[in-house]
Amino acid sequence: MMSNTATFIGMPPFPIAARKALADSQLRGNIRNATHTIRAKRAHVCGELDDFEQLRQAGADIKDDVLRNLGRYLEQVEESLTAAGATVHWARDGAEANKIVVDIARRHRVDEVVKVKSMATQEIELNAALEAAGIAAWETDLAELIVQLGHDLPSHILVPAIHRNRSEVREIFLREMGKVGMPAEDDLSDDPAELAGAARRHLREKFLRAKVAVSGANFLVAETGTLVVVESEGNGRMCLTLPEVLISVVGIEKVVPTWTDLEVFLQLLPRSATGERMNPYTSTWTGVTPGDGPQEVHVVLLDNGRTKVLSDEVGRQALRCIRCSACINVCPVYERTGGHAYGSVYPGPIGAILTPMLRGVGADEQTDSLPFASTLCGACYEVCPVLINIPEVLVHLREKVVDSHRGGVPGALQAAMTGASWTFGNSTRLGVLQKLAGLSSAVIGRRGLIGRMPAPLSRWTDARDLPAPPRESFRRWWARTDAGRRDTGGHPQNTRKGLDDK
Amino acid sequence: MKAREEILSRVRSALVAAPRATDPGGDGIRRDYAHVRDLTDQLTLFVERVQNYRATVIRTDPDGVTAAIAKGLAGARRVVVPPGFNRSWVPEHLDVVQDEPALRADELDTVDAVLTSAAIGIAVTGTIVLDHTQGQGRRALTLVPDLHVCVVTADQIVGDVPEAITALSSAVHSRRPLTWISGPSATVDIELQRVEGVHGPRTLHIVLVE
Repeated sequence: MMSNTATFIGMPPFPIAARKALADSQLRGNIRNATHTIRAKRAHVCGELDDFEQLRQAGADIKDDVLRNLGRYLEQVEESLTAAGATVHWARDGAEANKIVVDIARRHRVDEVVKVKSMATQEIELNAALEAAGIAAWETDLAELIVQLGHDLPSHILVPAIHRNRSEVREIFLREMGKVGMPAEDDLSDDPAELAGAARRHLREKFLRAKVAVSGANFLVAETGTLVVVESEGNGRMCLTLPEVLISVVGIEKVVPTWTDLEVFLQLLPRSATGERMNPYTSTWTGVTPGDGPQEVHVVLLDNGRTKVLSDEVGRQALRCIRCSACINVCPVYERTGGHAYGSVYPGPIGAILTPMLRGVGADEQTDSLPFASTLCGACYEVCPVLINIPEVLVHLREKVVDSHRGGVPGALQAAMTGASWTFGNSTRLGVLQKLAGLSSAVIGRRGLIGRMPAPLSRWTDARDLPAPPRESFRRWWARTDAGRRDTGGHPQNTRKGLDDK
Repeated sequence: MKAREEILSRVRSALVAAPRATDPGGDGIRRDYAHVRDLTDQLTLFVERVQNYRATVIRTDPDGVTAAIAKGLAGARRVVVPPGFNRSWVPEHLDVVQDEPALRADELDTVDAVLTSAAIGIAVTGTIVLDHTQGQGRRALTLVPDLHVCVVTADQIVGDVPEAITALSSAVHSRRPLTWISGPSATVDIELQRVEGVHGPRTLHIVLVE
């Protein structure tokens, strides 16, 4: 079988990936357009509810209760699911979860499964594992289909093909659909409605013949064993209803205590995610329903680093996340770099805290760069429907990254910072360097900004523009003018006429 | 150690230093959000919100239900009607397809439309919810055909999500599946431009009986 599955493995650290993304003006245009649209919709429908703040607080409180009592709720959900006719599996990591799914598919002798969009199965790279076992995994969400057919990587939690515009989608459909099933019609235009129609025709034959489906879940109710999938297109309903066997891979933090708790989350999630009062389709199911839908139902409870996150006193609040992507859509860094630069299925602010905690701080340079992929502006915290204080966790993780590197071989950024402390630690050295900087017009661009500087300073300037320094340093101006008493107007910052003029 | 025991043990040790809750699901959770919304005209709001998501609503009195259904089904020839649906409402000229014995998915794909009732409607969100009991059919029936006509009565409409969750609680506790439907299937996956109609029914008509 042809290898179709792209992977985030081996991605460069954030500043390097971001530099490449920043140079892609098409990408920046697509993402800017998309995030601004969705931002406005979210703000509008969240503003409609005068108790939205109370709902956020309740959402945070319920999730905290789940986390504090997680062991108890997991045992309860296992019991409820089993009583309802589902089979419960436990997976310590991605490899174990993948093996469980592959084994079930093999037992049913299938060479394909249909999939509902699921962050958990992307995180564990299930598609690659199925492919290695000779089983094709068909993504059925429109955006996931675009990503899969384009041999591409998702760049957003909710709209994974946000980096593609309509003409790119048209090209991908025309080129790839025929290779794996029903081809797109030759006269396909780039009208989104027509493109969605092509996806409908392409996937329908796969839905109708599929024997095994794989899904994730948005929520899993401990009290009843009820799984909840929130979606828009109906591909979820197709996968959850038509096949004979359904396997749901669910992170252990997805548990909510009771059915009643969904009255909070089914208000918070659609409004925060797509900016709708309600998403088009929500499916709930509790084990096996005789005569309706899959008659063999599996649930895989996945750890894969979640208990590591749970053990971090500051960071565990990240496990409240309901994957709405509101934080991604308001993030000024994401807006400029897009999702791929984060090198993880979880991009944006939530990815910058969740990925390092799931993988472990100090694991690799790419992961360790993520807590720094932020300006700490706090917009993410303001929109989070479960009040995750992302800036607080970012700062906490920065400390951990620095701590984990202490005593090791310093990286280039650290070398630059060590240089800075050498410079700032001695007034003569600072004076000399400032004089040099003031004179080195060679690095100053036309807009009065400093562009790329040679290594090791390029580690800083690669992804940032710096205002050019004044021609004269403050220290020199101070000395020359006797602390401003003999000012001749030579200092650029002192030429403004204002309140000080007596 | 087996995976289950190891995960539960990891959870326990992760929480060693955490403040322990003595009462799971209890007092620590602040629930001072609105449990009932004060709505002046619930039915009008329901109609408005359903139409917002580009489904249509046909309002009728009990005598006009059959005519309203016929209007909703205009153009459809073969229509699947689930067991338990009120037969006196079904228009005469229809070619009614039975789901007994259950139709295969590919057979269902050749049907033009599906006609069902619903469990409840939600005004604020413009949602109908099916609990797949009598008159609503198993889940696939309202999924594969391209046109869904759904009859809901005024007394089935509730205000907002918390009231709906309460109303649906007994269905969930008796392990019935639910399908919440807000407008026809839709996607925003290409340039965040909303397109109605992907895999589920591309047209949804709701007949509201007052």
